[in-house]
This record gives sequence, structure tokens and C-alpha cells, in this order.
Amino acid sequence: MTDILMPALSPTMEEGVLAKWHVKVGDTVSAGDVIAEIETDKATMEVEAVDEGEVLEILVPEGSEGVKVNTPIARLSGDAVAPAPKKADAPAEAPKAEAPKTEVPKVEAPKAEAAPAAPKSDDGGRIFASPLARRLAAQAGLDLKTVKGTGPHGRIVKRDVEAAGKGGAQPAAAATAATSAEPRKALSLAQMGIADGTYDLIPLDGMKKAVARRMVDSVQNVPHFPLFIDVEIDQLMAVRAKVNKMLEPQGIKVSVNDFVIKAAALALKMVPEANASYTPEGIAMHHNADVSMAVAIDGGLITPIIRKAETKGLAQIATESKDLAKRARERKLKPEEFQGGTFSVSNLGMFGIKQFTSIINEPQGCIMSVGAGEQRPVVKDGQLAVATVMTVTLTCDHRVVDGATGARLLQAFKPLIEDPVAMLA
Amino acid sequence: MAAEFDLVVIGSGPGGYVAAIRASQLGQKVAIVERENLGGICLNWGCIPTKALLKSGEKFESLSHLKDYGLSASGATFDFDAIIQRSRGVAKQLNQGVGFLMKKNKIEVIEGEAKLEKGAAAPKVVVALKAGGSRTIEAKSVMLAVGARARALPQIGLEADGDKIWAYRDALAPKKLPKTFVVIGSGAIGIEFASFYRALGAEVTVVEAVDRIMPVEDEEVSKAAQKGFEKRGIKFKLGAKVTKVSKDSKGVKVELEVNGKVESLEAEVCISAVGITANTDGIGLEALGVELERGHIKTDSHCQTNVKGLYAIGDCAGAPWLAHKASHEGIHAAEHIAGYKTPNVNSPIAGCTYAQPQVASVGVTEQGAKAEKREVKIGRFPFKVNGKAIAAGETEGFVKVIFDAKTGALIGAHMIGADVTEMIQGYVTAITMEATEEDIHGIVYPHPTMSEAMHEAALDAYGRVIHI
Repeated sequence: MTDILMPALSPTMEEGVLAKWHVKVGDTVSAGDVIAEIETDKATMEVEAVDEGEVLEILVPEGSEGVKVNTPIARLSGDAVAPAPKKADAPAEAPKAEAPKTEVPKVEAPKAEAAPAAPKSDDGGRIFASPLARRLAAQAGLDLKTVKGTGPHGRIVKRDVEAAGKGGAQPAAAATAATSAEPRKALSLAQMGIADGTYDLIPLDGMKKAVARRMVDSVQNVPHFPLFIDVEIDQLMAVRAKVNKMLEPQGIKVSVNDFVIKAAALALKMVPEANASYTPEGIAMHHNADVSMAVAIDGGLITPIIRKAETKGLAQIATESKDLAKRARERKLKPEEFQGGTFSVSNLGMFGIKQFTSIINEPQGCIMSVGAGEQRPVVKDGQLAVATVMTVTLTCDHRVVDGATGARLLQAFKPLIEDPVAMLA
Repeated sequence: MAAEFDLVVIGSGPGGYVAAIRASQLGQKVAIVERENLGGICLNWGCIPTKALLKSGEKFESLSHLKDYGLSASGATFDFDAIIQRSRGVAKQLNQGVGFLMKKNKIEVIEGEAKLEKGAAAPKVVVALKAGGSRTIEAKSVMLAVGARARALPQIGLEADGDKIWAYRDALAPKKLPKTFVVIGSGAIGIEFASFYRALGAEVTVVEAVDRIMPVEDEEVSKAAQKGFEKRGIKFKLGAKVTKVSKDSKGVKVELEVNGKVESLEAEVCISAVGITANTDGIGLEALGVELERGHIKTDSHCQTNVKGLYAIGDCAGAPWLAHKASHEGIHAAEHIAGYKTPNVNSPIAGCTYAQPQVASVGVTEQGAKAEKREVKIGRFPFKVNGKAIAAGETEGFVKVIFDAKTGALIGAHMIGADVTEMIQGYVTAITMEATEEDIHGIVYPHPTMSEAMHEAALDAYGRVIHI
């Protein structure tokens, strides 16, 4: 008898949704058969059997959320010892240590008038904090509810208040957001005046939670600023028409976005300081321009990656981006296909959006937002003229990309996109 | 070869054996290597046997005060050998107790001298076995709890010979009682031996390099202690630099420089108590590249050295050189090895000296607080107005407390007097739990006890003292 365990589909995966069973009790499976679908933060993955045997028992029903990695999900007959699919990827299990049995004597706060009353947590329970921590918090005007305790049994002690005071720990909201998918405790809709029964509630799936968490983290933690630039794309449109005519027999069609990806990648090689990530250990200077492209899919968005885009031709970029986008919509991307880009491009031009500012896709240093190419009046040599103009916005993480660095990136990008022949140079 | 043990502890002093037990409690497979006696210096040649001697000295001295209590006795005398034998017996009893604890916790005791070599998860431990031969042990983690030894100063002739120049070990088990002593160093070890031998009637002079005795203590305590010891007949040479120690057939001659003047002292025996040296040599630390810092093994907040899988605790990892600090670090390191996330390795460590009068302290001194430019509130209370102390005839000494003026946190406590070593933990608890003056003011101290002075001192710091 073999237990099939919840597989880890990426190194960081801790839990997932068992979205669908493809087998039922009594079915016989052989190695390679798809037996289930598992939904993680960003993708739905198929789980294949690695053993032969009869399905004896389904231990985790379809639709179960928060199934921890390595939990048995089904039982297979046969004495094969081979464990769960891809178990090798599973993160090492943390040591199962019982919490140290430090007894905390119950010291009640003295009832002197000056003593700050022991505060209550949101759910009405007492917040455990040392007398000194309480006083320091009161002196600093810090709400103990916002401080995470590291003392015995999670008691808030002096060092916690000091850390919170120094901004090492952001006052609570951010600290909570970093660890939870729901950034803050929102008021219920009824409390906000929207009556029950006037709306439908769609449960938050893994992707929705992941996007919510990552976006809140990014907006709160990354000092971001936008830079705007207009580029004329008449020549690009002409080149694109020509290229597409040539590639027609092969069934390849290059989009404006493919040109943007290519030009951005080349610009990143020219201004490598912009192809960087902030980490607490230092600034990571990326060797390649791995360009993430935002793809809207049913129920969310995902950012598959064109790896080493600076080395690839337009035809290849077009082929890859089409394939990635298609599989993204089917939620069939592998984790490595959407995790780990160094720069992002988001394009809403097809919706007629003139310009917009994207949220930094951590840990990337920049994200480029591409608006619609449209005919606009321009002044050339003192004369009014008409040109096809597209507004491009670069959102930068100021910890790695200064205004001047971001500006140089756009300065490098502009001639490449305005005259694609320059990309040959 | 797979790791045979989860943890090998080297050294079975109060750091090592406690760490071994804690690791065993957490399900680790543990071995402990000891080259001499289970229990280390602390209970064989340190804390415990000295307390046995001091108790004998104290009891004997108290006989001279019997009439204060309306009692009388005559012909009081002592048997020096019996005093020493009692002390050795106490050490032996506790040494066997540690052996029992090792067995109970299924900790393998390996007798021999350990040396480290490069290994996989942690350094390999090669033990030259006492019984002959050697044994190589691989473990997932290795903890150094190898302690320290008395510092020698050969350049001025201060090297223990067990005859005329004694280190603590010689002073604990002498063959006969000398009549005159020079004790070099007025830290806890020097003062305790001075106190013991003086109680038995010897002439004792203590030499200290700085201008006050027990230099780590608060200045007020230093002064009061000196007065107390002088009252009992101990002499002091302060601000005295020892330039040479020489021996002849009669005894030792200690040459000094006091305020630029050359002086000398003569005695039968000189006790050297000039500090300690970490036992970092001969265990292969250099070859492994273990980082040292001012003679001690450098460790992080979880007692880890810079070498993977190698921890160091207790005396060999730096000051304060106290058994309870070693035990605390040992427990912390054992829990860290077992995967715990216990953050509080930096708990306050009290220091105790068991002379007569006793001295106990924790946290900052008044001088230390001033040097850090901290605003403080200081309170004092003397035992001479404490009811229990008066009743017991133990009115010597006082309690002094230091609060941070801004936050009200208790940051230092200094006590001198009878039994203060048993009382200090009240303040240790308060500091560890981050009590403020309000908490301490709100505690009800039982009456009549000497500990009421602790309450009064805290009240005094805020102008609320009752009994003065």
C-alpha cells in the first residue's frame, strides 16, 4: 500500500488546493497517469502517478483548500515504496520541537493610576506584554496591538517595542500584511452599508490571495515612483507590417508588445543598473534580461517570462509569448515559467488605455506600462504634424533604481522602439 | 560514516552537563566528553567546595560572637584536615550526582581528552581515551564547554606551584594551614579565600591593582565590603602593581609598586587570583579556523561559532565567568540545536561572592550608568533598620537599587550583608521580567524578612521609603 502525498510544486509551496480528482476509488492507474489537479498560488498543475496500482481510498476530497505539502491525499494498492510525485522537491520538514515549557508567572499589572491598563487585542483577549514594554509603548505612543511579541509564549517584551519603534517592524498593519493573505481586517460589507443578498461572493482562490498579498506588500514596502515618456511608433508599425508579411508562411505574427519586450531587454543591457533587485544583503545585478509579461487570465493575472529576451529574435519572442499566454489562460504554466523574472512589461494598449502606472512586481527593480498607440498632434520643427504616439510609463523601486537611472533606461529604450532597425545594431 | 550522535558536548562542567541533559530531554542522542571529573571545575574545584569551606569558616567565626546572643562556650577549636575532607566529600557527592544524571538521561559519558578535526555536518571529535586508545565520534552538532583555568603571570614569577604559590585548586585542598597569606586579586575568588583563611585565624593581605576592592561591583559596595573585611582583620594593598613574586625556603616575597613607591610583602603562601584563561588551546581550534576574540571563542546570539555545527558556551566563550551563565547558555544552545527559536540568551546574570559579608549584584552599577549617561533614580536601604536583621544580629550592609529615570525599568541592584546571595534572585526575576518601579512597589514582601530591605530600597528611589 502506498500513500500518495500532496506534492510540492515549487520550492516555496507550503499548501495548495486539491482542485480536482481525475481518478476515483477502484480505478487502476499506471505511472504517468494524471490523477489530480492541484491549484497553487498561481497555477493549476497536474499530478501524475509514479506507481501502478488501484486507488483504494481518496483521503482529501476535491476542492479542499489549504492542503499542506506532504499530507497523504490518496492511498494506492501495491507494495511499491515509491513515495509521492516529485517528493524530492518537498522542503525539508522543520524539526518537530515542542515549545519550550517556560512557565510564565501571571503577574497582574499593578493597579496604580499611572499604570497603562493591559490592552485588549482585537478579539477581546488580553495582550501579554511586560510592564516595561507597556510603559515604553505608552511613551512612544505605540499601540501594543501592533507589536509582535517574541518573549515567552509570545509575550511582548522591551526589545519588541524598541524594534517596532525603530520602524524595524512597521507598526502592525504592514507586519500583518506581510504574513497574511488578507492585508487587514476589513469591515464587513454589511457594516459598510451594502446589504446582504445584493451581491454574490466569489471565494478567494490561491491566485487571488497571492495577487492580493503581493500587491499590498509591494505598495506598502517598495518606495516606487513613475517616469513617463512618449514614443512615436510610425516606423515601428511599418517595420512590423513588413516583418509579419515575411513571417506569414510560418504562421508567426509579431505584436507591438513583442517589439516592446525586445527593445526593453536591449535597453536593460545598455543600462544594467536598471536590471536589478533590492535584497537585504545587497543589490542583485541580473546578468540577463528575463522579461515578465503580464497576461490577464480568467480570474486574475499571471506574468510568464521570456528568458534572456535580449538574445532572442522577434520571431522567437513572438512564438514564445503566444505559447506562454495561451498556456497561462489554461493555467498550465510551470512554476519556473512565471517565477523569477528581472523586469516586467504590462500592456493595456489594446484596451485603448492612454497611460497607466503599474505596481512593482517584487523583487524586480522596474515595471514598464505600455499605453495605446494612437495618432496625436505633435510639433516637429515648429510645425504641427500627426504621428502615432504611445505613452510608456516606468515604475521604479527607488531602493535600486534612482530617477536618473530610470530616465536613462527610457532614453535607451526610446530610439530602439522608434526605429526598430536600431535593434540590429 | 553517518553521525553517531546528534550532539557531542565537550566538557562536563555546569555548562556542558546541563546542555547535555536539556538536549537529551529534547530527544537528541547525546554524548559528553570529560577529561577529568564529571561536573567540571564548578562542583569539583570551584563554586561548591569553596562554599563548604566558607561555611566551616563562618560557623567557627560565629562562635566568637556567642555572647551577643546570650550564649557561651569555651575551648572552641577546629580540625583543618576535617574541614578540607568535608569539602572534598561534598564535591565527591555532587560529582557522583552528575554521573547519575547522565545515566538517567541516557547520555554516553566518554572519558578522555577531545580534539576537533574537520568534519561534515560538524567537526569530528577525536578522543584520546583515558582507558587508552582513541575514538573518533561524528555528530550533527558539537558543543564546546571546555571552561577556563587560572591565569598565570610567569613574567613576574606568579605561577602556581602547589607549595608556596597557590591557585584555587591548591587553596581548596592544602595539606596544612599556613599562618600568613598574600592574596593577589580582589575579585570573588581572591576575596572568598581571604575570607575563609582569615576566619581560621591566618594573617591575610589582599593586593589589588585598582584603587578599590571587588572592582566589578558598585563603588559603594566596594567601600562597605572593604570596611567589613578590615573589621574582621583582612588587610588590603590597593592601587598596587605586583612587579615580582619570588620564593625562598620560608615562603614568598611579593614586590609591589604602590603610587610609585616600592614595597614588599612576605608570607608563607601567596594565592594567585588574577583572573582566568579560556581553555582554547590543544583542541584543534586553529586548524578548524575557529574565530577567537580576546582569548575567548567568538559566538553569536545562539552560541554558534563561525564553524558549521560547532557551538561554544560558558567560560570558554567569554565573560562573565560564572556557572549559571554557562548553564543558561548551554540550555539555549541545546534548544537551538533541537530547532527551537528561543531568543532570550541575554538574560541578566547576577554575581555572588560568599565572603563575610556576602556581596551580590545584578545589572549596571551607578558608575556604569553614569558612564552611559543614563538618567537614573537610586534608592538605598541599610539592614541596620530592618527588623529581621536586628533580631538576627545581622545588621551589616545595605541594599542599593538603580532605576532608569525615564522608563522606570529596574536596571541594577547591589547588595551586601548576610544571605544577600540568596535574595538577589528577587531582583533578577524582576529585571528578567522587565519590571518597573510600580511592579516592585506593588509586591508584598513577607514580614519579617531581610528582603523587606529590597522593597524599601525600591521605594526610596522614588522618595517613598517607609522605615527611615
